[in-house]
Amino acid sequence: MSQHEIALKINGETCTARVPARLTLVDFLRETLNLTGTHTGCEHGVCGACTVLLDGQPVRSCLIFAVQAAGCEVVTVEGLAPDAVGMSVLQDSFCEEHALQCGFCTPGMLLSAHALLQNNSAPSEEDIREAIGGNLCRCTGYKQIVQAIALAAQRLSVANAPTADLPKRP
Amino acid sequence: MKAVDFDYEQPRSVAETCRLLGETGREARLLAGGQTLAPLLAMRLARPAVVIDINRIEEFQGIDAEAESVVIRACTRQSRALADPIVQSRLPLLAKALSFVGHVQTRNRGTIGGSLANADPSAEIGLAALALDAEIEARSATASRRIPIGDFFISPMVTALAPDECLTVVRFPLPQGAVGTGFREASIRRSDFALAAVAVQLVLERGVCRSLAVSLGGAGATPVKLTAIEHKLLDTRLGDAELAEAGRLAHDAIDAVSDIHASAAHRRRIAGALTMRAIAEARDEALAGRA
Repeated sequence: MSQHEIALKINGETCTARVPARLTLVDFLRETLNLTGTHTGCEHGVCGACTVLLDGQPVRSCLIFAVQAAGCEVVTVEGLAPDAVGMSVLQDSFCEEHALQCGFCTPGMLLSAHALLQNNSAPSEEDIREAIGGNLCRCTGYKQIVQAIALAAQRLSVANAPTADLPKRP
Repeated sequence: MKAVDFDYEQPRSVAETCRLLGETGREARLLAGGQTLAPLLAMRLARPAVVIDINRIEEFQGIDAEAESVVIRACTRQSRALADPIVQSRLPLLAKALSFVGHVQTRNRGTIGGSLANADPSAEIGLAALALDAEIEARSATASRRIPIGDFFISPMVTALAPDECLTVVRFPLPQGAVGTGFREASIRRSDFALAAVAVQLVLERGVCRSLAVSLGGAGATPVKLTAIEHKLLDTRLGDAELAEAGRLAHDAIDAVSDIHASAAHRRRIAGALTMRAIAEARDEALAGRA
């Protein structure tokens, strides 16, 4: 069996491990590191539930082997919240807009949306739909998810403005 | 399912990659973006003894503008190519095609060369490459050669590459004059596999079509050049009658397949309609001088 030493950063913390070559990044996160926030859906790149950020870019962690992530920075849903009890603005917006029901797709949705908002502070509805186009949701019909991401974008842009007045919900 | 156990190699150069391929041949699979290979491994449709990961090789990355062509190295990510100013300004057809390739998450990993070497019959990059008359460069441990794109696709997932050869570069020649491009695709949902897709590049001279390339994918075993349309429409002004004729030729020419997503007859009708729209899009772009 082909085993490899890897070192990578996960949610800001350096991590070293010895992994078999065939171990996918999502299995490494969930089963080796117990970071079970990243969900395993289809395991062949269709559903988007396993989306994480790899060096800032959203990717499917079931389509990357852990050994390939050596030297990279990975952000999972566990890395989005500012502290152990709080939630990010985006996560809060998902709650407020009822952007989840069963919650299975939510970690992937959050990471895809987070990546969008990092690069685009005022996304159009089309930008949002394009960004989450690779994430399947069987509960919501997507409408509330799109609304939640728009709400988060609005709040973040106001929060980042020089004189911040937190807005009411649109 | 999980992949079978395999040995993992991470060569540091093209030369080392070719040497490894020469030693392992049919036992090995090259891992570029992995957006098709990883699912094939997970489903155990691929069971290589060795996986050769070429992601980190600097020589395999990047896009260069040359005098009469644009060169894209094999492992250039699709998202990087899509955002690249050279691609956007000089290869607008490829840029249009890339926006239909998978999703953001897969384009961030998937590569230009990987998609070509994978030879999925519904892949947009190969379809655009065919309309653009691209040329593939391939290397083995002992030789290198250039393969015209027209000779590259053999059948679904099969190319002219030998087991010990590695695709290194794809070269896109640049046409001169009033160029226009069109890309149209129909799928069940956006970014799903194409039921049919059409790529067009043409050159107008005072409104008259002097060069035309039409390729069609998703409907048969490989993307195909619709040369009958090219011959028929050359030296015309691409008016409504000519477009209708092109649609009929596309409908009749293709060897469409029936599957769970669409019947062959439906695919032929789509192909005809998309052909008309893609040629019209390219014509209008050339007339407006936007290309």
